Amino acid sequence: MDILKEITEGIEQGDDKKVMESTRRAVEEKIPPKEILDRGLIEGMNLVGKKYKTHEIFLPQVLLAAKAMHVGMDVLKPLFIKGGMPDRGKVVIGSVLGDLHDIGKNLVGIMLTGAGFKVIDLGVNVSPEKFIQTAMQEKATIIGMSALLITTMPVMRRVVELLKQEGLGGKIKIVIGGAPVSHEFAQEIGADAYGYDSTNAVEVIRELIK
Amino acid sequence: MFMELGLKPGDPPESLNLTRLDLVEKIAGLYLSAGADIIHTNTFGGSPIRLSFYSLEDKTEEINKNAVRSLRKVVKDRAYISGSCGPSGRFLKPYGEIKPEEMYSSFERQINTLITAGVDIICVETMTDLREAELAIKAAKSISPSTPLMATMTFNSTPRGFYTMMGVSIEEAASELEKFGADVIGSNCGSGIEDMIKTAVEFKKHTHLPLIIQPNAGIPRIVENKPFYPENPEFMAEKAKELISLGVSIIGGCCGTTPEHIKAIRKVVDSLKDQS
Repeated sequence: MDILKEITEGIEQGDDKKVMESTRRAVEEKIPPKEILDRGLIEGMNLVGKKYKTHEIFLPQVLLAAKAMHVGMDVLKPLFIKGGMPDRGKVVIGSVLGDLHDIGKNLVGIMLTGAGFKVIDLGVNVSPEKFIQTAMQEKATIIGMSALLITTMPVMRRVVELLKQEGLGGKIKIVIGGAPVSHEFAQEIGADAYGYDSTNAVEVIRELIK
Repeated sequence: MFMELGLKPGDPPESLNLTRLDLVEKIAGLYLSAGADIIHTNTFGGSPIRLSFYSLEDKTEEINKNAVRSLRKVVKDRAYISGSCGPSGRFLKPYGEIKPEEMYSSFERQINTLITAGVDIICVETMTDLREAELAIKAAKSISPSTPLMATMTFNSTPRGFYTMMGVSIEEAASELEKFGADVIGSNCGSGIEDMIKTAVEFKKHTHLPLIIQPNAGIPRIVENKPFYPENPEFMAEKAKELISLGVSIIGGCCGTTPEHIKAIRKVVDSLKDQS
């Protein structure tokens, strides 16, 4: 069987052993690491994302697939030592100040990593300053913010304002999401985009960096 | 409610059990006068795993004990006190890092405090993972087999039917929650009353246990920096009639349900009682 196909299958099944073994074999077979990454690991997560979106699978399967993907990426990492892992762009993500919920934010991180982005996850309870400082230091082009609590949503507005003050409005784009967040709210505060779920977040980010 | 009365963003509502019991009591009083038969304790996030997000795990006993005592002070024997026990906020292995025995002892610690402090009922609520629900239910039943246990899960409407975030169907929830030892089962949170009616229909097909249904007052929008729940008391009460005719035993409210909502539902329930 096609070794790359085996990797994508392993990801879909959330089988980390299978992914580790098949990724190692692919490396031994001298398949270029970039190809293993794109057509094996990322393709696997792409299929997982599609199934999740259509409710064929649920969060547990996504979490297991993500673990398997990371195992595969760990195999490839040393091969990319010069210049690091190739990525499609850098995204800083976090749950906003006052919000300690992380399930949705983690899922966005998983889907972005799975789509080939470099994700810098600041965790929960992240201050507006921290988002912006990190994005500047890491030269990220996207800040992704999540909130589950209605009370913490105003923090998102603060980040948009602060970014403008720093003269970075438009240079660093802001994407927001979370259960109480809406497209209207994104427009109201001047965010660049709203992702209604984790796979949609990837889609809107792809659009933003085009 | 707590938010309107001054809970600071970022502080968990359970912290008020340490600092502002007057608010906890005030709110309980409002729902009691509105005509509630059962009032939940302010302990949704009162398990030590969840409290550890705020470094409050050492206060588990104080938080849960205070919640029950202050509620008892207000309601006395005019309503039943239900000890609320929400999800841990962490995933069990292999999806997450928490071992089943850690999860079990977290729930055990919270529920033991609630029962010792004198709750009438335990309510394991807003669950999305059956394994987590199982651990909470079993902890409660091993501490006090005679304390009635309500178990509710949160479902989302998908084109393929209702599922929890973790992929549990209503059929599965109904049969498993009963197996784990729940006395009353059902759903809370996640949707407004119209989806909850559909959820109740589905539950009825798969269980003979009494049902509890606690909808949100719709899905909130932000209006002028404040949450606005679109389903008003009249709407919710009118729709509650359908839940009653389906044979739902306990009707309540989750996010956005104000004392006025409960008052309106109370009226409907009483008027139907008078007719029968």
